[in-house]
Amino acid sequence: METFLGLDYPTWWFLVVGGLFSGYAILDGFDFGAGAWHMFFRQNKSRETALKAIDPTWHGNEVWLVIGGGTLFAGFPVFYGTLFSAMYTPFILFLLFIIFRGISIKFRNMEEMLWWRRMWDWGYSISSIMLAVLLGVVLGNILNGMPLDQDFEYTGRGFFEFLNPFSILVGVTSLALFMMHGAIYLLLKTEGKLYNRIQQFLKIGIAFFIIAYIITTVYGFFNLEHLLQVFNDNKALYVVPFLVFLSIANVPRLASKKQYGWAFIFTSLTIALLLVIVAFELYPRLLLSNSDIENSITIYNAAASTKTLKIMMGFVAVGGPLVLLYSYFVYKTFWGKVQTDAEGY
Amino acid sequence: MDVEILSRIQFAFTVAFHYIYPPLSIGIGLLMVVFESIYIRTKKKEYEVLAKFWTKLFAITFGIGVVTGIVMEFEFGTNWATYSRYVGDIFGSALAAEGIFAFALESSALGVLLFGWNRVKPWVHLVATWAVFLGSMFSAVWIVIANSWQQTPAGYHIVGEGMQARAEIVDFWAMVFNPSSVDRLTHVWLGAFLAGSFLILSVHAYYILKGKYVVLSKKAFKITLVVAAVSSLAQLFTGHGSAEGVSENQPAKLAAMEGHFEEEAAADLYLLGWVDKESQSVTGLKVSGGLSFMLHQDFETPVTGLNAFPEEDRPSQVNAVFQFYHLMVAIGMFLIALSLFALWQWKRGKLFEKKWLLWTFVFTALLPQLANQFGWFAAEMGRQPWVVYGLLRTSDALSKSVQANQVLFSLILFFVVYFILFLLFIYLMNKKIKSGPNSDIDFDEGSLNKEIADVVSSK
Repeated sequence: METFLGLDYPTWWFLVVGGLFSGYAILDGFDFGAGAWHMFFRQNKSRETALKAIDPTWHGNEVWLVIGGGTLFAGFPVFYGTLFSAMYTPFILFLLFIIFRGISIKFRNMEEMLWWRRMWDWGYSISSIMLAVLLGVVLGNILNGMPLDQDFEYTGRGFFEFLNPFSILVGVTSLALFMMHGAIYLLLKTEGKLYNRIQQFLKIGIAFFIIAYIITTVYGFFNLEHLLQVFNDNKALYVVPFLVFLSIANVPRLASKKQYGWAFIFTSLTIALLLVIVAFELYPRLLLSNSDIENSITIYNAAASTKTLKIMMGFVAVGGPLVLLYSYFVYKTFWGKVQTDAEGY
Repeated sequence: MDVEILSRIQFAFTVAFHYIYPPLSIGIGLLMVVFESIYIRTKKKEYEVLAKFWTKLFAITFGIGVVTGIVMEFEFGTNWATYSRYVGDIFGSALAAEGIFAFALESSALGVLLFGWNRVKPWVHLVATWAVFLGSMFSAVWIVIANSWQQTPAGYHIVGEGMQARAEIVDFWAMVFNPSSVDRLTHVWLGAFLAGSFLILSVHAYYILKGKYVVLSKKAFKITLVVAAVSSLAQLFTGHGSAEGVSENQPAKLAAMEGHFEEEAAADLYLLGWVDKESQSVTGLKVSGGLSFMLHQDFETPVTGLNAFPEEDRPSQVNAVFQFYHLMVAIGMFLIALSLFALWQWKRGKLFEKKWLLWTFVFTALLPQLANQFGWFAAEMGRQPWVVYGLLRTSDALSKSVQANQVLFSLILFFVVYFILFLLFIYLMNKKIKSGPNSDIDFDEGSLNKEIADVVSSK
């Protein structure tokens, strides 16, 4: 198989798609987290400020989902088709909550009435929570594996098969992780009373995450042995979970020193490292077939042709830096604490 | 109902609903760029007001367009898994390119467009407005390329057999410039300009009729009228180009559009009519041999009819394709006539004196929307029974693991959610239009306000 800098093209593409979804988790993750805390703010003014903290940038963050979806479709069409049809119900719900979140942010401030604003506050918060949970639930199912036939079609049936103990645990853990991440983001954007209140929230968020993470890891350790194989084969890889441990431990340490900028970097790093663990656990598999392991989807049997992957590597090489440049410019424009002057549309 | 029909209804419904918004965003975006550019050059306050006012309405259409568009990207995987595997190399690449080269640009710049008026220099803001507009144009490029490849596949070869068969790219540029993509892209762009410009004409005609923001509205109306007139005329040419392309590449679709059944005979052109599939006849008003003339500049030249194709290889809904196509054309002709008539009145200095003309413009905002919808329905229903023309049947493209009750459940959810979304869209657009351009903008100086005040008080 053709290689580029020592790695074959499907592996490169595995890294590209993984990188894009990590970027999405880090960026939209704090939007979800901010949304999950939203109803804990009592006053209209606080909610307005919290919303303003994400308003100019969440659109740009969602771009990572769109590009991630496109690259997954193009690079691993077999996996894309199987995953989305197998996880039909959670993905349809995910899409509907994406709609609800988007319009809640957009429409909230278009009317003055209290009931109107409260309605969209609820819409924003519930959809943020559900999006965080659903992303985790789908990830849990990918890690778990699912029954596939020789055409890589999902053979499970029914509405609620996507809900199993492990996928629910991963769902709750991602919610907790994003809530910790989102609280820190809000601390970077707020001042005064609201800032003090979010400091209290962050303590709860950190505790929630650590508990959820430990339970999920222990459950996975005893029930999903196929995920441990790569670490047992190559003991040096245990350095990654150790780095995750250090990264998580840094968050409460920095939070107690009120160094939220650094804390934010470490929650982002935690998200990235957790997904690195996922990547190691899967590679080169994308989806384990737990009915017959021969039917598993790997990066090789799911990949588009090498020619297509090469063309798209070109897209990413040209477009990637552009996307980063746009993001840099937008974040720079809206850097710092939320200004409460009446600007907007 | 079975999974196939439910999935088709769901896809048609979600994509048709989505397609209300992106054309408006592109069309309004074009005029937003024009207004803001004039403002930056001339520093005239009224163009700033116009740019800001239309940015508010743009924000609503863009927002709904994005969220309903994300649904589309993932619906291929949820409902059409076999299709996704089959075309992933090609269709997926176009979607990925759309994300990287278009959507990223428009979505990032949107933040600056909406919230950056006081945060960046005016010219930087103008760059952001351009970026949002160009991003939406580029989005159309990749999406139309992807769809055109389904109509006229090129630059590919098929690998594997049965359920494992897949189309792979052989020649990237042949795939991009497949036989129909340029004609269809220009047709889509102009359709979007028409949707946006006729909405702007409608709103400003309404203001003029109500005696509000009259000076401002007259300026906006004239600029927009030029865009509408040019777009509607140009649409004639791209439409004709598309029809010629269809006759060459998808003869069964063209035959359905005109209800032409005989295998090889001169074909008529209908102004309006009704197709009876059983008796293979069309009742209506026609130009005998008109279609032959349109395609070959000769009334006698035979055109391939539906009977030249086996029953299972031609569109089953002939009358629907015929009607959608003819309604689209009729609307197009009306838009040309209306905009040319208005230009003529302008030349005579009587553009704003005829109330009936302004009222016509108020209601015409709906027509380009309908034409866009009808055109797509004709194009997509005319491609049936194929999802990729000549290669993959729609009935074979489904997700094998998805059950009818799941699709029914999601379809009902989409109906409910999109219904609410549509009500909100109408409500908010109406509110923004009612409250007008300078509702919450500081606008205490400048001659324009005084001019408006004079006009209003003189009534």
